[in-house]
Amino acid sequence: MKRISIDPITRLEGHGKIEIFLDDAGEVANAYLQIPELRGFEKFSEGRLVEDMPQITERICGVCPEAHHMASVKAVDDVFHVDPPPTAKKLRELMYSAFYVFDHATHFYILSGPDFVIGPEADPAVRNVLGVIAKVPKVGLEVIKAREMGHEIVEIVAGRKIHPCGALPGGMSHGLNEEQRQHIEEMARSLLEFAKLTIKVFDDVVLANKAYVDLILNDSYIHRTYYMGLVDGNNKVNFYDGKVRVVDPEGKEFVKYAPREYLEHIAEHVEPWTYLKFPYLKKVGWKGLIDGRESGVYRATPLSRLNAADGMATPLAQAEYERMYSTLGGKPVHATLATHWARVIELLYAAEHLLDLSLDPEITGPNYRVIPTATPDEGVGIVEAPRGTLTHHYITDEYGVVKKANLIVGTTNNNAAISMSIKRAAQGLIRGGKEISEGLLNKIEMAFRAYDPCFGCATHSLNGQMPLEVKIHDSQGRVLRVLKRP
Amino acid sequence: MAKLKIAGYWAASCGGCEIATLEIGDKVLKLAEVADIVFWPALVDTKYHAVEQMADKSIDVCLFNGAIQTSDNEHLAKLLRAKSKVMVAYGSCSYEGCIPGLANLTNRKGVFHRVYIETPSTDNPKNIFPQTSYQMPEGELSLPEFYDTVRTLAQTVEVDYFVPGCPPVGKQTWAVLEAIVQGNLPEPGSVVGAGTRALCEECPRTRQEKKIKAFYRPHQIIPDPDKCLLEQGLLCAGIATREGCGALCPRANMPCTGCYGPPAGVIDQGVKFMSAVASIIDSNDPNEIARIIESIRDPVGTFYRYSLPSSMLRRARIK
Repeated sequence: MKRISIDPITRLEGHGKIEIFLDDAGEVANAYLQIPELRGFEKFSEGRLVEDMPQITERICGVCPEAHHMASVKAVDDVFHVDPPPTAKKLRELMYSAFYVFDHATHFYILSGPDFVIGPEADPAVRNVLGVIAKVPKVGLEVIKAREMGHEIVEIVAGRKIHPCGALPGGMSHGLNEEQRQHIEEMARSLLEFAKLTIKVFDDVVLANKAYVDLILNDSYIHRTYYMGLVDGNNKVNFYDGKVRVVDPEGKEFVKYAPREYLEHIAEHVEPWTYLKFPYLKKVGWKGLIDGRESGVYRATPLSRLNAADGMATPLAQAEYERMYSTLGGKPVHATLATHWARVIELLYAAEHLLDLSLDPEITGPNYRVIPTATPDEGVGIVEAPRGTLTHHYITDEYGVVKKANLIVGTTNNNAAISMSIKRAAQGLIRGGKEISEGLLNKIEMAFRAYDPCFGCATHSLNGQMPLEVKIHDSQGRVLRVLKRP
Repeated sequence: MAKLKIAGYWAASCGGCEIATLEIGDKVLKLAEVADIVFWPALVDTKYHAVEQMADKSIDVCLFNGAIQTSDNEHLAKLLRAKSKVMVAYGSCSYEGCIPGLANLTNRKGVFHRVYIETPSTDNPKNIFPQTSYQMPEGELSLPEFYDTVRTLAQTVEVDYFVPGCPPVGKQTWAVLEAIVQGNLPEPGSVVGAGTRALCEECPRTRQEKKIKAFYRPHQIIPDPDKCLLEQGLLCAGIATREGCGALCPRANMPCTGCYGPPAGVIDQGVKFMSAVASIIDSNDPNEIARIIESIRDPVGTFYRYSLPSSMLRRARIK
């Protein structure tokens, strides 16, 4: 049996590895995504003060520390049985919305954009962010500006650009004054314009090109799975708060659960060949790396959130939501590459919500904190991280010292689905005897990149392409051929 | 003059150091004029085998972030050391071990048991653990070894300079890059990209006399925004932490947690912090002192949150 090793995928934290095995006929027999990294937060959190957890767990990921900061502080609120005042919740959401704008923008323009703006089979030397800037220079500068503004808002509200410190049980460490609010409002208006521009870029570059639309709908990129996402009281997409809703592959509600009920619905499977576990729907069960109604595999991505919700809470995003589903043939959409469209719709929602919050009279209110008084015991906090539903669960002693911690992190939700998507794309694209070209490899990567995977969880990088090295081994393990990116 | 050859790498870290590097913003273009980035998985696409083929000492400067927690991390640290003239430990993980270094309170067995067996969402009836080598029907799959002990970069290879911070702030990163480009680095072994004094020196809060009858946890009080946090009973690590970030956390009304490591001349940040705390307790009654000290319920997480692997303690003894 022949083997193709894609090792390392350098855009993963640590070195993600894809192993593709070919049978004697040269067809793909199997493909494995291996995550060679583990740090042990669930163990060394034991003994820590629970109010320190929002600042400790954000060191899981320097790309999305805001997500861990939020999930963690919500879990700690729950541990102390404290309900933060409205101003505090709005400040958290304001910060979190700004984060969503620049985080989704980073993925769309810098990581995935080059595949579409430059082309999936274009010369890899230009299929990167510099190529994007050269082709659409004005947009490139807007992306840099949007990132800077987003980070500035995070720093104003939560103290630091990277690894914020402002959230603590009962609220936030400081409030917002009118001058700061005006500055944020100004930036929010710019970010909303940026979001509208992004929708237009998606229209012009992707939707106007029939070849791309065909690629999105190509069978090699389709999986019928369950979908997960946080929804508000009206079943609209929400990033910060609400209940977790899961719909089945037909789009019908399968379950809607509160954070404290997560253990009734989610379980994690272990395999000996990767450090990353495989979450699945407990009531459906683990049936292996397969899709369909009988398999507990679910997805938690921007597309999943849109599939799991009934709509968006802001008007412009709602209009885009309706347009996406009418264009792609109704709900749910199973095409993995449509995740890019869902991502820019979420970006628009985040920008609209950011502006609304910056105009909210309560945002500058003096009551941004309450002091917890109850005895701490146990709590669960869930937010939507950009890469999936993020769950933090802590159990403490009566002094608020952590006894046990459990974390189900954004991308981990999608571990099974990403593995399946790689295998399916490889099976569809690598056929017996056919030359394995660079462009073909990139199309396999596109299946993977749609998830914006953030294993361990820091996958972002500046360049548009994920460089691969493919080694083809014969059955004795001898390297027959090495194919690599320039 | 030939362009400088710069490399970067992440080991056991969170990616925040990469994002921090990007915080130099448009200065990236300035850097590109005078330097080539020859290897940096986050920025350019050079592969490991290409690094292996480079001549020894052919990279001018390597900025290495992340602690050493797996055999892969160690391999890359050794490889890049051999290929680089100047090795820089960039950020708290490679400098001190940082938050991943808290894994030194346990070991591989402890981590594996918690993650793969005990966590309440895990369903693993056959007690399966990830293996460094596993035979699948189609062939062998391998994983790097997860070590019992997290090490700093300097405990693994020789390091020339240290840049503190979790993560280092953008303006400091640029100052270091400028010094590299101008060939203006201090003597090897120095900490760069930060000051030498304690953080208190750049903290805007007013300081008076430090006398403490009780310590508070951050969620228990709303501190005065203008007065020293330690004087208000919050365990602010600024007194035992190197200046350089601009006192970001105290400005946000939160205590410093010590991510810039010890000031110049201090070997062990935790010892320095503990002795400072001990000296401000306002009591001569042994019982009262004991009660005040006991209120500090997580000494390791308080005094050694970022520096356990590089401290005199290094790790916990596991029975």
